[in-house]
Amino acid sequence: MADRTVPELVAAARGGELRATARLLTLVERGGEMADRVAEATHRHVGNAHVVGVTGPPGSGKSTLTAVWTTRLAEAGRRPAVLAVDPSSPLTGGAILGDRVRMAEATAAGVFIRSMATRGHAGGLALAVPGMVRVLDVAGFDPVIVETVGVGQVEVDVTAATDTALVVVTPGMGDAVQANKAGLLEVADMFAVNKYDWPGAADVRRDLELMLDLSNLTGHGRPGAGAGAGARPPILSTVATTGEGVADLADAVDAHLEALKAAGMLATRRNERRLAEVRSRLDHLLLEASAVALEDESDPDAGPGGAGGHVGADEPDAAGEPPGVTARRLAERLLRGFER
Amino acid sequence: MSDGLPVRVVLAKLGLDGHDRGLKVVARMLRDGGMEVVYLGLRQTTGSIIDAVEQEDADVVGISMLNAGHLTLGPHMVDALADAGLDVPVVIGGIVPDEDRPTLAAAGVAGVLGPGAPADEVVACVRAAAASRGR
Repeated sequence: MADRTVPELVAAARGGELRATARLLTLVERGGEMADRVAEATHRHVGNAHVVGVTGPPGSGKSTLTAVWTTRLAEAGRRPAVLAVDPSSPLTGGAILGDRVRMAEATAAGVFIRSMATRGHAGGLALAVPGMVRVLDVAGFDPVIVETVGVGQVEVDVTAATDTALVVVTPGMGDAVQANKAGLLEVADMFAVNKYDWPGAADVRRDLELMLDLSNLTGHGRPGAGAGAGARPPILSTVATTGEGVADLADAVDAHLEALKAAGMLATRRNERRLAEVRSRLDHLLLEASAVALEDESDPDAGPGGAGGHVGADEPDAAGEPPGVTARRLAERLLRGFER
Repeated sequence: MSDGLPVRVVLAKLGLDGHDRGLKVVARMLRDGGMEVVYLGLRQTTGSIIDAVEQEDADVVGISMLNAGHLTLGPHMVDALADAGLDVPVVIGGIVPDEDRPTLAAAGVAGVLGPGAPADEVVACVRAAAASRGR
């Protein structure tokens, strides 16, 4: 297959060619110059997709729920896409991406599914996901659903960087204090208590209500959460394996977008999302630059300016200054580098 | 993938065959070999595999067969990918008698892995298949 240029791929993706969309996703995921070109070619055309984040603990039924939900959307004539994120092994960089196992029915119904590994490097997920969402948006998919395992701050951040954040919980995974600990309550626009046919489901629901009422009292919620509803985020009861409650969930997701629009909060959300992406990019640039500066500093032969500034591992006090002072000196040099 | 990026492999049981332990072990071996495994699991069709390959921009397809269907379904998978315009090599794992290997190779199957194949061989076979892409 001949390699096509990025604008050619974007045109083909907008024309509905799945292979072009898949290729663009690969380019964004790999990062670097090609990813920048894709961003350049897509960022003006975005904004048509409702971006929904779905997160929750492993085994809570996120994939099954997403599969049933998106299958119904596809059958109703919409074009949903799912970006399913699973962790890479920190040891080998490999990953087993298993979401499609539970999403066979959705694939058959025409749902576009892309599995993605976190690929280890710090912040990589936060860098790649917004660009991949843009590709799916430009390719005409709506909604675009980003599914992550809700275990770490990065995943929570990715979920927060959406129009609507859905947190899936289940009975038997600890009480509401656990949910509070996970930091998921603050980002959720709505909850699904999945496996609602299991014992203890009503207790989970009650605990959630209690914690959310507290959040409302203290005013510590996500800006715009519950917009238009004037109350705490809705809690849906679902049984993904039978489809029970999924129609209500689909309606609640759509209603949240309408409420955001009606309250004038959609633009605010999207601006927040943009700023979050700028912040990730900035962090990344600074981290890269600081890694280079540290390398220069610890290399005894290629020391910068040779002014006795090395901190070799075997002579920790060679610089004759505390680590904090060394860091500050490096930071000042870095900033001068950025000014050039 | 030639420049240090992880190889992306779609793994599936093609057709009516409920024995997926071998495939799960292979998935672990490939993961530990640094690859990204898109696992489809049981009862897949050439159509569902092609959908996955297309959407996932995969480098290799691995299908596992313990039901003696390899001589029919192996070439069928290769042809279906070619018909879809996808230049993606196919590796077959499972119970494949040695005398069937030349037939499969002639049909365009990029590699065959038998029972007890060590992790090194599994990873090397898939890696070689990925590298053969586009030739």
